[in-house]
Amino acid sequence: MNYIMSFIIGGLICVVGQILIDKTKLNNAHILVSFVVSGVILSYLGIYEKVVEIGYSGATIPLVGFGNTLAKGAVEEAAKSGLIGALTGGIKKTSAGVGAAILFGYIVAMVFKPKMK
Amino acid sequence: MKYNEKKYDKVVKKHTPKNNCFVNSIYAFIFGGTICTIGEIIKNLFMNAGISSEEAGTIVLIILIGTSALLTGLGVYDKIGKVGGAGTIVPITGFANSVVAPALEFKTEGFVLGTAAKLFTIAGPVLVFGYCSSMIVGLLSLIIGG
Repeated sequence: MNYIMSFIIGGLICVVGQILIDKTKLNNAHILVSFVVSGVILSYLGIYEKVVEIGYSGATIPLVGFGNTLAKGAVEEAAKSGLIGALTGGIKKTSAGVGAAILFGYIVAMVFKPKMK
Repeated sequence: MKYNEKKYDKVVKKHTPKNNCFVNSIYAFIFGGTICTIGEIIKNLFMNAGISSEEAGTIVLIILIGTSALLTGLGVYDKIGKVGGAGTIVPITGFANSVVAPALEFKTEGFVLGTAAKLFTIAGPVLVFGYCSSMIVGLLSLIIGG
């Protein structure tokens, strides 16, 4: 059941992105930015948590989930350590993913040759 | 042959590849759904091995990012992306792809200002907006409660 819901919710979030790409002038970077920011907002409003409950990985793997983690971290740390927590929380909680992207990204870019298009 | 503007528009329309939003959306649904399901399967494998749900989620993200970076280096991810559209952009694998692809392309400009700088062509804006909005939300939660 988790797998089916992951597929459906993950798929639906991607369809929203596809419609935005096809029907508006937004490019990939705009889509990624707006999905992350909407994740932060939806998380703060308490809506995204419910989507994660229904969609499992289908809700956490799209970039909206990245925004959700950012906001959750910021709010949690702010409750713990106040002002400084508000600044560090989101970055702390997403640091594994960002770190991995930088590390793997740099290694792969160094090892491989650019492909001709 | 003489062309006026209307005729020209018609010719342009005829030769522009049709952008079928409905078909694209179906592909986006299938590819996006598949990537998320693969993530859920990996997550369950780790959770069965006794790792907590949150940690397993982080491990899944790292594995997906690593795999997508590798596939981008091999030139495979871009081929998948041509069919999958947003289904391959919106998941975290698309973020990893957006980190590697420009870094690879601008390799010739050097290790520092080529590869390292271009890692952040798309990731940079995503992190700026993501981090800033999370800080605002953190501050808001202090002022008016989360």
